Amino acid sequence: MADVSAAQPLIRPDTSASAEPRSYWSTVAERLMHDRVTLAVGGVLLCVILLAIFAPWAATHDPLQGSVLRRLKPVGTPGFFLGTDETGRDIWSRLVFGGRLSLICGITPVLLATLIGGTLGLIAGIGGRLINMTIMRVTDVFFAFPSVLLAIAICGVIGAGIGNTILSLMIVFTPPIVRVTESLTAQVKNRDFVEAARASGAPVHAIIRHQIVPNVLGGMLVYSTSLVSISIILSAGLSFLGLGVTPPNPEWGLMLNALRQAIFVNPIVAALPGVAIVITSLCFNLLSDGLRSAMDIKLPS
Amino acid sequence: MTQFIVLRLLHTILILFGVSLVAFALIHLIPGNPLDILLPPEAPKEVVERLKVEFGFDKPLYIQYLAWLGRVFEGNLGTSVFTGLRVTNELLNALGNTFVLAIPAALLGFSLGTTLGTLAAFNHGRLLDKIFSVIAILGISLPHYWLGIALVIVFAVLNPVLPAAGMGGGGGFPANWDEARHLILPVVTLSMIPMGVIGRIVRSTVLEILSQEFPTALRAKGLRSRRLVWHVLKNAAPPALAVMGLQLGFLLGGSILVETVFNWPGSGQFMNLAIFRRDIPVLQGTVLVLASFFVIINLLVDVVQALIDPRIRR
Repeated sequence: MADVSAAQPLIRPDTSASAEPRSYWSTVAERLMHDRVTLAVGGVLLCVILLAIFAPWAATHDPLQGSVLRRLKPVGTPGFFLGTDETGRDIWSRLVFGGRLSLICGITPVLLATLIGGTLGLIAGIGGRLINMTIMRVTDVFFAFPSVLLAIAICGVIGAGIGNTILSLMIVFTPPIVRVTESLTAQVKNRDFVEAARASGAPVHAIIRHQIVPNVLGGMLVYSTSLVSISIILSAGLSFLGLGVTPPNPEWGLMLNALRQAIFVNPIVAALPGVAIVITSLCFNLLSDGLRSAMDIKLPS
Repeated sequence: MTQFIVLRLLHTILILFGVSLVAFALIHLIPGNPLDILLPPEAPKEVVERLKVEFGFDKPLYIQYLAWLGRVFEGNLGTSVFTGLRVTNELLNALGNTFVLAIPAALLGFSLGTTLGTLAAFNHGRLLDKIFSVIAILGISLPHYWLGIALVIVFAVLNPVLPAAGMGGGGGFPANWDEARHLILPVVTLSMIPMGVIGRIVRSTVLEILSQEFPTALRAKGLRSRRLVWHVLKNAAPPALAVMGLQLGFLLGGSILVETVFNWPGSGQFMNLAIFRRDIPVLQGTVLVLASFFVIINLLVDVVQALIDPRIRR
């Protein structure tokens, strides 16, 4: 035994960093670490999310408690540093609490659509001709509706509310994800390593798990991140039209619509909820761009 | 080429059929009878029954669908249950007003996007490219309804130089300078998204083409740079055109939010009113017509693409 342990250093392979082949994901992480814009954007997003989660601590006032005595105070009012809205509620507190609903209504539909659309796209990509035809033709029909129109029409029929907003946006975002996943899968399916796995006798489910899914996931992730930006704008837009979150809940789109009446009294305060939407959607767009270049992904159009 | 057009046409007809199914099925997303949401719960039973027969809601769904489709083919989208007016006439009026907004916005956005995207690509990595990247990503990240409000605040409230809302006249094509002035803010608002989207796609396509061998060859042959730009743009056109088609459709369907901000009597506001009035024939008709426009625009784009690039005809 002693002899073996003494001999070990001699047969141990060289594990110094330079000799070890770098995995794809460590290369991606390395590139992201050097991308200052994406890092900064990630930091801002983290702040927005943390503020929303810890809203009860970050808020300075009750977001629902107004007062006729302090309606539409300008930015910089002592105690109400971002001013107050048309019923005297503190804007900062409402923005912080509003982030909860706006983020939930923006991110959840994309998550659900990625799960459903990704699965359908994968099935369409590896399935036979008939399965592919059925899934893709149905997708084509939903693609025929401009996204805003479809979301508004569905929400208009099934009524306002958080659940309905999420449902309608999920329906809107599923078809594009199906399309992207299907073409990514079709590309990967014909690559040599999949052929090699098949030739070596790997069962279909193992090929899907080890060869196809890992190679499709990156593209889907980048695409879904870019959809979150649109989703946040659209869900706030639905609330803006009165089809999404219902008052008196604080939500950015809803606040923007309510404050629209006040642009002649207090224009700066009226524009603030929109600034929150812009910052969040801009960050998700930049994050998607950063991920795309770090992962070196070219999405099928 | 003929074969390509025929195949695309057949595909389009199938899609339009699916679109009509979805537009029809839309109202049946809600459980129960479409009349239940219109009538007060205390409405007498015989009135409800009479109305059901009158609107055809007593028949099976597929009969209702076929009857509706038959009327649509005759150009009859039914009558509004709220105003009693014919949907087709009202919708055509509203659509006209939407076109007055969407077409200039598309032209402005597409030309700005193409010019800026090309300039950025030819100056890759320089200051101009970086400035453009910021403008383009802002264009696609700004919620257009907020941009509209912000523009109104700057140009109608703080510096009252432009009208804040409305069309100024009775609608339709602007007849005089005052009506044209009403167009400026909504058109600029609407053009931002297509500008950003087209600019980004043009930039990346042109960059990709410039990295190929033929531009270098053309340059080596002594081609002047203006002619080179022409060759590069011709190659960048098909993907850009595809996205332009999509964007034009989004402008038609998506102007609903901007129309609300600017109180513009277009198809978006028409649909919004229908939603709040629970006016199902209007909602159905608007969705069907707008989506059909979108489908037909995409068909035209496909054909134009195939005309420019023979490789697509396969």
